[in-house]
Amino acid sequence: MNKQEFDAKALTVRSLELRKVVLDMIMKSGGGHIGGDFSVMDTLVTLYFDQMNISPENQDDPDRDYFIMSKGHSVESYYAVLAAKGFFETETVVNEFSQFGSRFIGHPNNELPGIEMNSGSLGHGLPVSVGMALACRKENRASRVYTVMGDGEVAEGSVWEGFMAAGHYKLANLCAVVDRNRLQISGATEQVMTHENLHAQIESFGWNVIETDGNDIAKLHEAFEQAKTVTDRPTCIIANTVKGYGGGEIMENKAAWHHHVPNQEEYDQIVKALEAKKEGVLHE
Amino acid sequence: MNKIPNRQAICETLMAHAKEDRHIYALCSDSRGSASMTPFFNAFPEQSIEVGIAEQNLVSIAAGMAHCGEKPYCFSPACFISTRSYEQAKVDVAYSNTNVKLIGISGGISYGELGMSHHSAQDIAAMSAIPNMRVYLPSDRFQTAKLIESLLQDKKPAYVRVGRNPVEDIYSETECPFEMDRATVHGDLEAENDVAIIACGEMVRPALEAAKLLQDKGIKAVVADMYCVKPLDQDTVIKAAKSAKLVITVEEHAPYGGMGSAVAVTVGENCPKKVITMALPDDHVITGKSAAVFDYYGLNGEGIAKKAVEVLK
Repeated sequence: MNKQEFDAKALTVRSLELRKVVLDMIMKSGGGHIGGDFSVMDTLVTLYFDQMNISPENQDDPDRDYFIMSKGHSVESYYAVLAAKGFFETETVVNEFSQFGSRFIGHPNNELPGIEMNSGSLGHGLPVSVGMALACRKENRASRVYTVMGDGEVAEGSVWEGFMAAGHYKLANLCAVVDRNRLQISGATEQVMTHENLHAQIESFGWNVIETDGNDIAKLHEAFEQAKTVTDRPTCIIANTVKGYGGGEIMENKAAWHHHVPNQEEYDQIVKALEAKKEGVLHE
Repeated sequence: MNKIPNRQAICETLMAHAKEDRHIYALCSDSRGSASMTPFFNAFPEQSIEVGIAEQNLVSIAAGMAHCGEKPYCFSPACFISTRSYEQAKVDVAYSNTNVKLIGISGGISYGELGMSHHSAQDIAAMSAIPNMRVYLPSDRFQTAKLIESLLQDKKPAYVRVGRNPVEDIYSETECPFEMDRATVHGDLEAENDVAIIACGEMVRPALEAAKLLQDKGIKAVVADMYCVKPLDQDTVIKAAKSAKLVITVEEHAPYGGMGSAVAVTVGENCPKKVITMALPDDHVITGKSAAVFDYYGLNGEGIAKKAVEVLK
């Protein structure tokens, strides 16, 4: 494993830059799920550039780490990260995303390099991850299995079937993340279907649960490192995030931006907000 | 009368291979007894996964395992695995192209007395409509074993439906002609037949009985054991239709979207002939043991022969 030393500042800058790629993808295609893309980006950057043993070079190695983007509608952020990781060209995905006949479909497609499983229908990633973690343990692989869910997604019953089985089989090689941005397409998650007791609920299924700031890469790093020290249970990281994080006042914490496509003026404002945030990080 | 149900033949075949191949897994949803898979679970505990009564989890977990190189066989009543976990079959198995074999046990109206919740008269239609999903309904235990032997060799998704009760042998240990995705023909496709009967699963036996009854009346019938519902053996369907005046399909399924529909489309497109599809009604199926229910709806040798005579008149 070719692991670089953890550099929270560099990864935070990268995460802000990749949000701009997402923005361009969505502007060009006229569709996408920008709010969740921006909230989950820090988790993806931490996983792909700090935590996971995965790269274009080892993508077929059975001992690699495995990832499933269960909240498949945040595919733009996933594509941006995979492109930055070298699985395909950033320019290609920006130009081809959601275009007629494109391989870059509006939900993850495992005919593309770097994508393990197709997703899009919510509530699939965790149960599939359970199967992967079981298989990796059976095969004595060092692999870890990661999946990222949305907080609206945890209303799906199949998610709880996954929590149940992972707890039952004590899958310590499995780490799930809930991108807890507290907004879903119809409004606040707590109004749509409450998850106020999420931490206790997941814990009661036999999981180690860590709550952290999901838009702080140093804290995410810490949470993922802590998860690796737990050897008798799976870990769920509840990543408390802000929907639209980094895009500035115009889009942060606004349910309407779940899948809003910015106009040119909004685009300019978001770019400005991302740049300002980047400058702030660089001059910390 | 044979006492070995097709599900037991699956268990025995998998056990024979699991000794040599540690990647073969059996997954059950509190269904190992009904699936006849208890011997497998006892003999290969390390290759057995219990998921509890959670069919969605069953299929997704299998997909994850298959993606990591294992060869999972999922067992659950056909009524549940084909529709309760339909989306998992569509997305995690067929769309993601994982090497998962879904085994629907106690299929059709095996649980005749238990009501519609436990009948799987929609499974052929449901599974066939998924791209990259194959659908098989083997007729007897020998063909079932041959089918599983063949499925063990490939890495593609498949759905297999078997019934709960033992069915009379059609083939034997030494005489079981089998070619993957080719129907087994009983009779002569080159001859001038009066009727071509195309059947699958438990309906093959009555189709053969009907052919015999018809022969006694001087009516010549050819029977195709169409265990491969998808991909349908279109070549045999066309040859059978061309050889006969009438095509009759027989299946333990609802009248819509089953094997009969696929045959009718193939015949209509290639060699238009009258096609009669014999199936369960588009209604609540009458309560009773499956044999009595089949008799009630004319899905037996006599009923099929009677239908052929009526239509040929």
